[in-house]
Amino acid sequence: MAAISRDDVAHLARLARIDIPESELDHYASQLDAILEAVDKVSGLDTSGVEPMSHPVKMENVFREDIPAPSLNAQQALAGAPAVEDSRFRVPRILDEE
Amino acid sequence: MSELIRKDASELSALLQAGDISSVELTQAHLDRIDAVDGKVHAFLHVDHQGAIASARAVDERRSNGDALGPLAGVPLALKDILATKGLPTTVGSRMLEGWIPPYDATVVTKLREAGIVILGKTNMDEFAMGSSTEHSAYGPTHNPWDLERIPGGSGGGSSASLAAFEAPLAIGTDTGGSIRQPAAVTGTVGVKPTYGGVSRYGVVALASSLDQVGPCGRTVLDTALLHSVIAGHDPMDQTSINSPVPAVVEAAKRGDIAGMRIGVVKELGGDGYQSGVRQRFDEAVVVLQSLGAQIVEVSCPSFDFALAAYYLILPSECSSNLAKFDGIRFGLRAGDDGTRSVEQVMSQTRAAGFGDEVIRRIILGTYALSAGYYDAYYGQAQKVRALIAQDFAKAFAQVDVLISPTAPTTAFKIGEKLDDPLAMYLNDIATIPVNLAGIPGMSLPIGLAPEDNLPVGIQIMAPAMADDRLYNVGAALERALLAQWGAPILSSMAGV
Repeated sequence: MAAISRDDVAHLARLARIDIPESELDHYASQLDAILEAVDKVSGLDTSGVEPMSHPVKMENVFREDIPAPSLNAQQALAGAPAVEDSRFRVPRILDEE
Repeated sequence: MSELIRKDASELSALLQAGDISSVELTQAHLDRIDAVDGKVHAFLHVDHQGAIASARAVDERRSNGDALGPLAGVPLALKDILATKGLPTTVGSRMLEGWIPPYDATVVTKLREAGIVILGKTNMDEFAMGSSTEHSAYGPTHNPWDLERIPGGSGGGSSASLAAFEAPLAIGTDTGGSIRQPAAVTGTVGVKPTYGGVSRYGVVALASSLDQVGPCGRTVLDTALLHSVIAGHDPMDQTSINSPVPAVVEAAKRGDIAGMRIGVVKELGGDGYQSGVRQRFDEAVVVLQSLGAQIVEVSCPSFDFALAAYYLILPSECSSNLAKFDGIRFGLRAGDDGTRSVEQVMSQTRAAGFGDEVIRRIILGTYALSAGYYDAYYGQAQKVRALIAQDFAKAFAQVDVLISPTAPTTAFKIGEKLDDPLAMYLNDIATIPVNLAGIPGMSLPIGLAPEDNLPVGIQIMAPAMADDRLYNVGAALERALLAQWGAPILSSMAGV
């Protein structure tokens, strides 16, 4: 049985905020299904009692002194923005008016 | 062809220091070479003619003033387009960042500039470093100088191809699952993935933060070591940066003495699925290492058989999170913002327009692996497999000083051959992935041409964390012995672009 359907891909794409065209959903579903079948191999290894490893170097709470230093000014920070208004990022409306 | 462009960085360094050549002359020779051949190779996404000459002139002036300069001052370099460069486009091979000009330099770029290294331009790569062939670049593939119809490896195919095509004597890459080592293998060049945390990731566009590492690429072991020593070291701007001295890589590359060393051949990385010419050249290299006084033993790392599966759960999970920042709000592309659409609709349209197929596949896969109900079975289980792989390495390094394997299962394949079969593409990294999962250093070094297709084969050398110097010691010994056998470097047998 397929692990991932066309509808699953559409749902995941919505979660990931990617507007995948209807016509491409089946293609993605079949490729992702093959990949998932392959990666499911991880379930074949006995990992009871094994601590998960999230990172190669064990480090925690890396702190530095909080010393003010020069950083980007507003003009530099906005230089690569797709839309700017009044020295701020201009964004499309957040709340739906409908 | 100018003879200068065929010289190693260490030779060029000597000529520059002796005053026999200027950096402007050297840089111009490389820019001319790029102008002559890059239409065919497409190693570069941006060539910075003016900036490179200006940097070269500044180094020449400092030298004539008698300033103390590092060994690579005035030597040109090709930089992977994943590192932020102030004032120079940084696209990461994606439409998402087309035309984006960073307002700051990555720490590695700052170090290169401080060392007087001349940045020629930015090299092509698979989009957001996802791929093993450079075919996933939004700007078209890079062609392997050995055979223009073949891939140069990936994701850093542009960097390795620029070395093999004599467009640059040095290059910078990044390696998340093999993106420095596999391109080095299939182009007949040298590439090193340093210990995780050994080189700063500040200003490097993140793919998978627990796996990504910046590293040096060159045509010889010594050149690669010289570059390694420039870019490595602690950086307070990267919280995962290791705060301890840089391993003595240059000294190791000059030493090349492996008498009495214990070298382990990884049983799981070889055999079935590896091209016969790759296996043959690897077996011959093992004999050479033995003749140099190394003791060869076979080592078994049983959980490596699960590394590819674990990697393709961990990587998509991390990248789906890392790439959330590309939403069309603060930088890069914005699509569909016509005043009628909401911010979420604009984000969704921007991401569909800006990301290519492979990036979308991995984001969807990561979103799935991290979603409620699947997290433990996929991402959680993959992290446990990762722990077992690290344990296998630890056990192996209790018996031997370094481990070896072929770098890639095949030589360079044809452009287009695997493009629509993601799983077949993923298999290219089967031997390089374990190193990233464990965070240890790895090198790829050319060991000859496969008899059946006359294309380069690479050997992978792996060492414990922060023992990067061992890679260079073993690599230098093997390189010297092979050079004596061949009579000339491997790239001299290339037909030429």
